[in-house]
Order: sequence, then structure tokens, then C-alpha cells
Amino acid sequence: MSILEILALIIPAALYTAAPIIFTALGGVFSERSGVVNIGLEGLMLFGAFTGVITTLTIQDSVGAASPWVAILVAALASGIFSLLHAVASITLRADQTVSGVAINFLAAGLSLFLIKKIYGKGQTDFVDFRINKVDVPGLSDLPVIGDIFFSRIPYTSYIAILAAIVVWYVIYKTPFGLRLRSVGEHPMAADTMGINVTRMRYIGVILSGVFAGIGGAIYALSISGNFTGGTISGQGFLALASMIFGKWHPLGAMGAALFFGFAQSLSITGAQIPFLKDIPSVFLIIAPYVLTILALTGFVGRADAPKAIGIPYVKGKR
Amino acid sequence: MKKRKFGLALSLVLAAGTILGACGSDEGDSKKGDEKKKTENFKVGLVTDTGGVDDKSFNQSSWEGLKKFGKEFGLEEGKSYRYLQSEKEADYIPNLGKFADGGFNLTFAAGFLLEDAVQTAAEQNSGTNFALIDSLLMDEDFKPVFLDNVAAVTFEEHQGSFLVGVVAAKQSKTGKVGFIGGVDSPLIKKFENGFKAGVKSVNPDMEIIAQYAGDFNKPEKGSSIASTMYTQGADIIYHAAGGTGNGVFTEAKNRKKNGEDVWVIGVDRDQHEEGMPENVTLTSMVKRVDVAVYEISKMAMDGKFPGGKESLFGIKENAIGIAESQENVSKESLKLVDEYKEKILKGEIKVPKTDKEFAEFEKSL
Repeated sequence: MSILEILALIIPAALYTAAPIIFTALGGVFSERSGVVNIGLEGLMLFGAFTGVITTLTIQDSVGAASPWVAILVAALASGIFSLLHAVASITLRADQTVSGVAINFLAAGLSLFLIKKIYGKGQTDFVDFRINKVDVPGLSDLPVIGDIFFSRIPYTSYIAILAAIVVWYVIYKTPFGLRLRSVGEHPMAADTMGINVTRMRYIGVILSGVFAGIGGAIYALSISGNFTGGTISGQGFLALASMIFGKWHPLGAMGAALFFGFAQSLSITGAQIPFLKDIPSVFLIIAPYVLTILALTGFVGRADAPKAIGIPYVKGKR
Repeated sequence: MKKRKFGLALSLVLAAGTILGACGSDEGDSKKGDEKKKTENFKVGLVTDTGGVDDKSFNQSSWEGLKKFGKEFGLEEGKSYRYLQSEKEADYIPNLGKFADGGFNLTFAAGFLLEDAVQTAAEQNSGTNFALIDSLLMDEDFKPVFLDNVAAVTFEEHQGSFLVGVVAAKQSKTGKVGFIGGVDSPLIKKFENGFKAGVKSVNPDMEIIAQYAGDFNKPEKGSSIASTMYTQGADIIYHAAGGTGNGVFTEAKNRKKNGEDVWVIGVDRDQHEEGMPENVTLTSMVKRVDVAVYEISKMAMDGKFPGGKESLFGIKENAIGIAESQENVSKESLKLVDEYKEKILKGEIKVPKTDKEFAEFEKSL
């Protein structure tokens, strides 16, 4: 294989697997920027995957090929509502945010499996008839060199994920809303003094994290696994959490980290079939993404500062 | 006050999550007939792993075997034969213990995940028999151990893999096929080497690419590996990778939709349905766990429980073979499969299990 052929394998695979992680990590950015720890991303993602699959299965006969796209929207809505549990517990009731997030993870796993059993009478769903397929982008895929690498056999969701990261960056750093969101995560009392409704901003942050994680989960289920089982989402939410921290709570950073994870993984997979890398024992290739991550974290990223008020419930008037 | 009540309600909802998972699985209980039938005193139980009896795989197949056994010998479901579902790993030992305490003569443990639990339960309940499906008991150094009250049921997957290898070699148009394994282990190596041997027996010039994902539950890895293999010109991929295999199906469907002629060979059960609607499943290597459960139950009832040793199920016992969905398999391939089946039965072909055996096998071709 030539270098170009190898790149044409690795980069599309990285973009393909990174899309769900990017969305979920963006959700994490919203929540944590507002000052609420969201360890429940895994559960929110799982709930999104679950809603996405059952919606597609329900409507695919009438809606046809558009059903997975509709299902993603439904999943966004459902996970947004689901995340309210975390919001109420951690903002209004001032519960420990980590514990409440863990509870979300347990609840999502138990609830989705329970509902699958009730609805379908078995432990997993059927495969969906319509998936989000890998496509060659019309026009762009014919470009020499970059057409094969960046625009062939990649689902549209990957491009949407990158666009979403840019939009989220704009919203958080360039709009009044973003400034308010960040301020309640850094210094809620100062924000309160300036007339910003801290509780409301934090609610919005958490709900948006549910919406984005739901989209991420639905994309994972509908473009990669094709059905929903108890094991469909196993760790991707935590990977997204890691991407967010790796990316220093910055939307573009989180996107970069997710792409980096995807790239490292697809390099390790394709590496096993590349002539000169093939002779390396496979265990080294399998651990390569993790080693690369540690190296990148220690060597290149530098200090990662969390929002100052993260994890601390805001009590009005308390010093 | 209001807030506290609300908080209580919320924590109840959150706590429900852990409890919910445990519901909806007690169908086995429901049939508690009052009438006491005069059946034999033989009682047999099944402990599932976390997949549950409707997982379309091991647990389901085990339960089907047990149901067949129960019906045939007029046992009462829920009383003389029943299952207990494990919701989490911590349930394995208590569930096995429940059957032992309940006076069950034989308890099946579905799947290698229960290996440690069976070992512990068998030592604690030396008067009761257990059967572990698809695994041997291992000590800390991964050496097999045998307990007198445990039957270890294993399958000759290499034989079935050989047969699907024959189909792959016969139907590949590019002369290249792929194998994707879950985790590199002696068990999955049996699949790989059996498959390779089958392919090479039909056509020694075939090229086989084999790769392991390092995980049984990472469909995105399965998809990436499959993509690399298909790009390199393999047109048929045999996966022995559990949930990781879902990604292989997704990749094949994507490619078929774009007009490429690619196929997947399923594993453990008939995976025809997984390949729909694009119809990418060529055939599947099928492990008939139900046959094994039925046979072991019968042996135990007749007082011939095969404790303290490994019980092998293969082509001979009709517990290994290719799937019943054969619409994508050509007539010539089927004929060839039957020929090779005969040869394996007669002992003319000894299907290799390890890399070393395969190397020798390849030389002998």
C-alpha cells in the first residue's frame, strides 16, 4: 500500500469513529463550562443511542431512509429531558454532582434495558433497516488526493460534528449567552451580582449537554453498531469526557482530542496491515492509542484548568 | 418541606434505575402449577450470564435445549427445570448456589464468563453437579483443572470454521479473504486456524488476512478492520468477534449499498438476520449449544453425568455446522462442504487448532 492509500484508510476511519465522541464532548463542554460536573455523559449517550434505535425501528416503515435523521432529533430531545434529572439533583437540590452523574449512568443503563425488554420482549433490538451510511461527498470526492482522504466513505454526521464544534465555539466565546454561561462556571456570585440568573444558566448548560450527548449516542448506534444492546455504549461517554478535559474545556480542543483518539485508534488498526508496521507485535499496536494519549497529555497539552466554580452548587448570598 | 419531599421522590426515581434492571426476567417463575405431577425427581437449572435468555446467542440456545429436554421427559417448567437470570457478575455465585440449595441435580452455567463462579460454587456444593458451557475450569496459571462434580462442555469450533472456510474459498472472487477475531486467545485461535485450513484445503493459493480487535464489544474497531481488509481486496470476512462483529456487518452493508460485492460470515449462530436488508451474510458457523445442553441433561438423568472431564461436541454430535440459511451459498459449495464433512468425520482430515498445527497442516497440503 502506498502512503496515500494508507491515509485514505486511516483518516476516513478516524472521522467516522470520532463523530459521536465530538458531539458528546461538546455536550460536556456546555455543562462543565456552566459549573456542573457531568460524569453522566455516558448515561446520556446511552439513552440517546437507545432512543435513536427504537425511534428508527418504529418509524422506518413509514418514513424510510430519512428515519435515522429524525431519530437523531428525537434522541436529542429525549436525552435533553433525561438530563433534567441531573440538573434538578445537582442544581436545585445541590446534591453532589459526581454522585448524581453516576446515578444517571446507572439509571440510563437499567431503564433502557428494562424498556427494551418490555417493548420487544428480548434483551436487544433488531438491526435498523436504514442507517446513516458512509458516502462519497458529491463533487468533492472527485478531487485529486484530498478527495479520497477527506471526502470519500465518510458519513455526513462527521462533517456535521466538526461544524457543530465551530458553532459551539462561536456560541461560547463570541456571544453574550456564552459569556454568561462561562461566568456562572467561573464566579457565580459575581455573575449573580450582575443580574445573571445562575440557576437558569446552569439548567441550560446541563440540558444542552443532554441534547448533544443524545445526538452523539444516536449517531454511534445508527452509524456504527446498527442495533441497541446493553453493551452498545460501553465507555464512549467516558472517552468523550476525557476528550473534553484533554481539550481543556474548549469546544475546538475537545473536537481535536476526539479526532486524535479516532486517529490513534484507526492507525493502530490499519497499522496491523501496513507492510513495515505489520511486524510489530499486535499488542503494541493495540496499546498505541493510549500511549500516544499519555505522551500528548504530558508533553504537549500543558496544564488543563477546569472552570473555577465547577462542582460547587451555588447558594445565593453565601460567601 | 416541599423541597425535601421532592428530593425524596427524585432519589426514589434514581434508585429505581438499579432495580429496574432486575425486572422483567422472571418468566421462568410464572408457571407455578399447583397440581403435583408424578414426574421423576430430576431437577435441572440454568444460570445465564448477563445477556439473559433472549440474547439470540448462548443463553437463549441453552434455554432452548433445556426446554426441549424438559418437554420431552414431561418435567414441569419452573419447578423441575428453570433458569435464573444474572443481572450482574456478582449474581453468578448466588444464582448457582440457589439451585444447589434447592436440590437441583444439575445446574448449567451458560458461557465462559461464569467459569470462576462455577469453580467456587462447585467447591462449596460438592454434592451437586454443574455443567459449564463453552469453557474449561482454569486455575490461576490458566491450566485446566477438573472437579468431579463439574462437566466442562466445549465445542470443536475449528471444525465448523473449516467448513465456512471451504465456502469462503469456493465463493471468493478476488482470491483474498479475511478473518477478524475478538481477543487473541487459544479459543479464538481455533476459529482462525480452522478457517484458514478450510480455505487452503480448497485452494492453497488463497491469501488470508487475519487480525484481532483486542475486544469483543467495540463495533467501531470491527468496522475499521473490515474497511482495511475490504480495501485490500478481501471480499469475504469471517468474524469471531461477538459485538465487535456488528461493526463488520455495518461496514459490509455500507459497501454493498455502494455496489461492492462483499460478504460476511457469521459466527456462533445463524446471523442471516444481522446481514439484512442488504443481505451480506454469506453463511454462519453455528454452535448448537442446545444440543449439548440436551445431551448432558440426558446423560445426567441416566446417571452417566460426565463429571471431571471435558465433553467435546463437534460435527459428529451434530453440534457444529453451517447455518440453515443457505440462500447465498452456491450448490457446489454445499456439495463441497458435505464432502469435507465426511472427511472430517472419517478422520481423513484433522482440523488444526493452534498456529503450530496449522503450519504442519499447510505443509501437508
